[in-house]
Amino acid sequence: MLQIIKMAWRDLGRNRRRSFFSALALGLGVSLLLLMAAVVEDEIRTGMATSIRLQSGHLQVRASSYDEDKASLAWSDLLEDPGGIAARLAALPQVSAASPRLYASGILALGDSSISVRVMGVDPAAATSAPFRESVVSGAMVGPEDREGVVIGQGLATRYSLATGDRLTVMVNTSNGDVDQQAFIVRGIYSTKTPAFDDVTVLMPLAKAQAITGAGNRASLVLIMLKDRDQADAVAAAIQGSGIRTHTWQSLNRLLTDTESLAQGFMIFLYLIILGITATVVVNTLVMAVFERTREIGILSALGMRRRQVMALFFAESALLALGGIAIGVVLGVLFVALFSAVGVPVRPGLNGVLIGERLRATLTLRDTLTLSVLALIVTLISALYPARMAARMEPVEALRGGKQA
Amino acid sequence: MEVARVENVTRSFKLGDVETHALRGVSLAIQDGEFTALVGPSGSGKTTLLQIIGCLDQPTSGRVYVGGSEVTRLGRDQRADLRRDKIGYVFQFFALIPTLTAYENIEMPLLLNNTPAGPRAARVKELLDTVGLASRGGHRPDQLSGGEQQRVAIARALAKRPAFILADEPTANLDTTNGQQVMDLMTRLNREGGVTFIFATHDPRVIGYARRVVTLRDGALVSDAAAGG
Ligand SMILES: Nc1ncnc2c1ncn2[C@@H]1O[C@H](COP(=O)(O)OP(=O)(O)OP(=O)(O)O)[C@@H](O)[C@H]1O
Ligand SMILES: [Mg+2]
Repeated sequence: MLQIIKMAWRDLGRNRRRSFFSALALGLGVSLLLLMAAVVEDEIRTGMATSIRLQSGHLQVRASSYDEDKASLAWSDLLEDPGGIAARLAALPQVSAASPRLYASGILALGDSSISVRVMGVDPAAATSAPFRESVVSGAMVGPEDREGVVIGQGLATRYSLATGDRLTVMVNTSNGDVDQQAFIVRGIYSTKTPAFDDVTVLMPLAKAQAITGAGNRASLVLIMLKDRDQADAVAAAIQGSGIRTHTWQSLNRLLTDTESLAQGFMIFLYLIILGITATVVVNTLVMAVFERTREIGILSALGMRRRQVMALFFAESALLALGGIAIGVVLGVLFVALFSAVGVPVRPGLNGVLIGERLRATLTLRDTLTLSVLALIVTLISALYPARMAARMEPVEALRGGKQA
Repeated sequence: MEVARVENVTRSFKLGDVETHALRGVSLAIQDGEFTALVGPSGSGKTTLLQIIGCLDQPTSGRVYVGGSEVTRLGRDQRADLRRDKIGYVFQFFALIPTLTAYENIEMPLLLNNTPAGPRAARVKELLDTVGLASRGGHRPDQLSGGEQQRVAIARALAKRPAFILADEPTANLDTTNGQQVMDLMTRLNREGGVTFIFATHDPRVIGYARRVVTLRDGALVSDAAAGG
């Protein structure tokens, strides 16, 4: 066995340039696939992290009948005594923060234009609002008792030339189905670097949001951050109550998790296509080697090498080529990913409701690297079946005659 | 003791509608310790006969026995095993594996028959000594002369102590001196080690070494005679 690997290695060394370029072809394929996988991985990870931070939290407690898409405000769809629920939840050991939020759909009236927005009433001082406080880029966060202040996102501010101190009118749906409106002052501008969020979300103190929508002391939900997100299911199971329902970050981000599994399936498909193409390069190299070494195959079988052993020799060659290619691919892949992440590629959000950042970056995971490496090895070995069988099928006499030299 | 025997062996090749009868019913038995020359004009079937005795090729009809088993009834892998265990080859072109050193080439048959490392190394060293190449073990074939390569090939054929060694025109690609050296080596191995050789040749000087001369013409055995050696 060792001898076969040694022979395979030296055989590859006979035509170094050809062996190198075959390995390089595989390496380039692997590195580009790694980069793609890393970009997808990064998108999904940061998408999930951003969504949890700004929007979904790790857990939400809502009224059973609450419909997120409609941002329903009817009292029956809202949570009674959200402050009390939040306080009780915050006392749980696994919970790091909990506080109520109220969502309402609204319209900003600015001169002639009216812009659909989502009004979000939050407790400005709560730990769950830290991402907003930290992303204020101009002015300041509204105070909890502010009755005429809002904070708007950077995208909105830029598009409609709004600055801190400007006035605007907000119309919102109310609990009894009417529309109410009031003039507000822009206290500050935040930028979470997530256009899909910043472009549409207007923040105001929870108390003011409750007042303007007529929701009383009710809220759409209580948002909970956990110390460890893997405990979401356990904590959710512990929260029981009539008329309420608990949602975990996984179910709240169904679109993202679905996208992830879809992306993963698609990536495997893409892996197979690209690796199939690079494998033809390896097969080509081996077929040439079989032709060039016909006489040697004859000698080896004259010495009593069995067909399996002849096949093993060519498999060893393709395995060495594959390992070399994979090594090149991983090194190049790591370089590509580092470069890509350092620069970042600007994008505009395309997918509605998914919070992606302003720039594409890449995160290489061990799992992706291993999956791809193993797959590359398997695909290459399977393709090597053809030249290996070709070599093993030669009759010793034919093979010996094949390369008879003068 | 008989090491190999062919009975009424024919071998024909079809190329399109042309059929060549390379062997037309040859019977021959090889005894242990013989030093046999297979002679005859070009195209008379010497190589074909050696390949059939050596289990590299199958006859069109007739039977072949090597070491008691009937080769014509064996499968591919069993024939490979027979070649591995019983038969040594020396070819006209110095059939060494170019990527392996002289040492590794000689070692190859011992690896194939799973000789343990200790005895294997001892055997290879001994063989390098026997063929007078003790200091050249680390050289690759392209760093050796034709005569040296052929001696390595003989050492490789000897390695597993085969029942017999087949040599197809072993000196045809060598100059007189190197040819003589190779024939002297084979003779010495036969006389001192009892190694059985069957070699094909055209060369009258090489025929002179033989103790038995088998002559083929047009695929048929025309004479089989003892010789002086
Ligand atoms: N694979 C083959 N296909 C067709 N004809 C063949 C094949 N091998 C050998 N022959 C023919 O069989 C006959 C015997 O060939 P063989 O090689 O055995 O002769 P030889 O005595 O070894 O000749 P030489 O002294 O030239 O080596 C020749 O006519 C040759 O052309
Ligand atoms: Mg011949």
